[in-house]
Amino acid sequence: MFGKLSLDSIPYHEPIIMVTAAVIGIVGALVLGLITYYRKWGYLWTEWVTSIDHKKIGVMYFLVALVMLIRGFADAIMMRSQQAIAAGGAEGFLPPHHYDQIFTAHGVIMIFFVAMPMVIGLMNLVVPLQIGARDVAFPFMNNLSFWLFAAGMILVNVSLVVGEFAKTGWLAYAPLSELQYSPDVGVDYWIWALQLSGIGTTLTGINFFVTILKMRTQGMTLFRMPIFTWTALCTNVLIILSFPILTATIAMLTLDRYLGMHFFTNDMGGSQMMYVNLIWAWGHPEVYILILPAFGVFSEVIATFTKKRLFGYKTMVWATAAITVLSFIVWLHHFFTMGAGANVNAFFGIMTMIIAIPTGVKIFNWLFTMYRGRIQFTTPVLWTIGFIITFTLGGMTGVMLAVPGANFVLHNSLFVIAHFHNVIIGGVVFGMMAGLSYWFPKAFGFTLSEKWGKRSFWCWLIGFYMAFMPLYALSFFGAMRRMQSYEQSEWQPLMIVAWVGAVIIAAGIACMVIQLIVSIRDREKNRDLTGDPWDGRTLEWSTSSPPPNYNFAYLPKVDSIDSYWEMKQQPGGFKRELATKFEDVHMPKNTAEGPIMSLFSLFFGFALIWHIWWLVGLGAIGMFVTFMFRIFNKDTDYHVSAAEVEETEREYHKRLEMQA
Amino acid sequence: MSDIHTSHDGASHGSYKSYTIGLVLSIVLTLIAFGVVMTGSFSLPVMMVTVVVTAVIQVLVQLVLFMHLNTKAEGGWNVISFVFTIGILTLIVGGSLWIMHNIHVNMMLG
Repeated sequence: MFGKLSLDSIPYHEPIIMVTAAVIGIVGALVLGLITYYRKWGYLWTEWVTSIDHKKIGVMYFLVALVMLIRGFADAIMMRSQQAIAAGGAEGFLPPHHYDQIFTAHGVIMIFFVAMPMVIGLMNLVVPLQIGARDVAFPFMNNLSFWLFAAGMILVNVSLVVGEFAKTGWLAYAPLSELQYSPDVGVDYWIWALQLSGIGTTLTGINFFVTILKMRTQGMTLFRMPIFTWTALCTNVLIILSFPILTATIAMLTLDRYLGMHFFTNDMGGSQMMYVNLIWAWGHPEVYILILPAFGVFSEVIATFTKKRLFGYKTMVWATAAITVLSFIVWLHHFFTMGAGANVNAFFGIMTMIIAIPTGVKIFNWLFTMYRGRIQFTTPVLWTIGFIITFTLGGMTGVMLAVPGANFVLHNSLFVIAHFHNVIIGGVVFGMMAGLSYWFPKAFGFTLSEKWGKRSFWCWLIGFYMAFMPLYALSFFGAMRRMQSYEQSEWQPLMIVAWVGAVIIAAGIACMVIQLIVSIRDREKNRDLTGDPWDGRTLEWSTSSPPPNYNFAYLPKVDSIDSYWEMKQQPGGFKRELATKFEDVHMPKNTAEGPIMSLFSLFFGFALIWHIWWLVGLGAIGMFVTFMFRIFNKDTDYHVSAAEVEETEREYHKRLEMQA
Repeated sequence: MSDIHTSHDGASHGSYKSYTIGLVLSIVLTLIAFGVVMTGSFSLPVMMVTVVVTAVIQVLVQLVLFMHLNTKAEGGWNVISFVFTIGILTLIVGGSLWIMHNIHVNMMLG
């Protein structure tokens, strides 16, 4: 009846897991109770769960990402604590089988369920507004993408309490991830969580690629698009081309595990090296999927807060395009030591170093934009400057790793860990934090507390350096990654320094949470009535904050880069005048089909993990029937009447006058 | 670029003539490939080259005449996307073959 699932699957004997589960249970019950008490279920359902509004979907992505950041960080602090204790023969508090699950979960969560949703969330919120569109190309698909991603996220979290997670490392290298060495459900959780969220990501990639190419407002030629939109376009190209490789590779691993095939097994002609090759053919573009939109955020932030047009707009675009192409020709640098010859290693080493050139172009563009600009040291600017310094350092250690000879010494050591945290925290996390404080007022209509934002920044920056610089040093003494314990007690002092760094980062996360609470408390004081709190340059600032669900009463016309800024510079300036005549706006309707399909996909995935075959069938049929229902549903759009548009716009102008 | 923004932006839908030409060409190319193999009067290299060449031509015929791949429609975007995708596919497949072959030789597996 329940396949492999039984009450023994719940790890009662693990106090850490049980306490965590209890806390999650209590907090969850509290949240659900509050929603019920305030009778908000209907509101949640109609305004958020079934919403196809790209702004709300963006907010939901970011919210999930922040919650998962705390989960991923809990894993991180446990690993740091373990390594701070388990020196010179001590065993620490995490047994190997638990420690292995934690480093796997940390990697998977931070990449797939924190960094990706932050990037996709920002794209959702910003891209349609920047190109002057009313929604994305495929609004239903956008909602479905989010809920598929959410289903994957739920599976990862269920694995905490029901069964276990993979013990293989975040990419589940074969043959370790094959049935022979990982007979438990951990790898299956990994497989189905990634497949569900991965399909969501692929759909998002297609959606935004089409949106940017087809839905730009009048006059918005490609070379007038804001840089963030450019980076989003390149990221979506990377998603479309690389995520199918991940899907196919995991599908082959699935066939090995479920149907006894031998793509990557030890015996019967399986090739583990092909697994490593394929997973990195996706994995390397993936890191650029994450970092390119962060580059876009920094470009917007720097131009806005130095009051200058971005230096070298065209070089920035071409550098982004060059990185997009080059990111497909470097994947072997993740496995220099696998046994390829000098020719192959040299080729991929050199290609990797070449990526530093367009990246360097970008760094100089940002520096030259700041040069002689009137820089306002707001929170997003602090994140940006912190990024430029930290990312440059991380880039340089990356070029060191790209030297095949050096790589043979550094491979799998803490040097690699220090390097990629250097670029992912210093690049992606700082970028997303900058984007959060920059675009938060656009989404919610009030600015975030600068005081707590800056505190958060300094904690993150100092904490990062304290946590990861020791790892560079330790790697030169021979410390490897993924150590549950180590003999060399002389490593312990630096491990403790790294632990202190992690605690400071924890303070940074606490500051972020306080920042949100304080800002919501003081929202009336920090209201953004104009819709343009930073004196911005691009179209998203020309509409109200938060924008009406149709974004623009009239689609704007564009005739230059930073056209909104240019409009404001015209004699007489940009006036937010009320139009005299309004017209109906054609909009997509909310739909429950996305969340329902995803709920069935959750059953489907969970059932496959535990071999509950009747539930697999139910989930599959449910998904199919809901999908058919959607296809034959003709009632998918409506018109916001001119009267309603007029009312909304009048409301906005009343607020504007009040402020004036 | 102005043609990109409208909803009816010149996406080609083909004509009676283009579909007929496509159908005839597809049938002829298929017959050639079958014929070369079934008559059995050609050497193996000749057969292989003919089959591959007619297959590639048929792919192009179908892309252009059935899938409406041309430089004018959609501002040339579908051709750019197509060529870019082929390029990346070549890089990944070719690169993988190169890497795996190199490993095979270096690790003395064969």
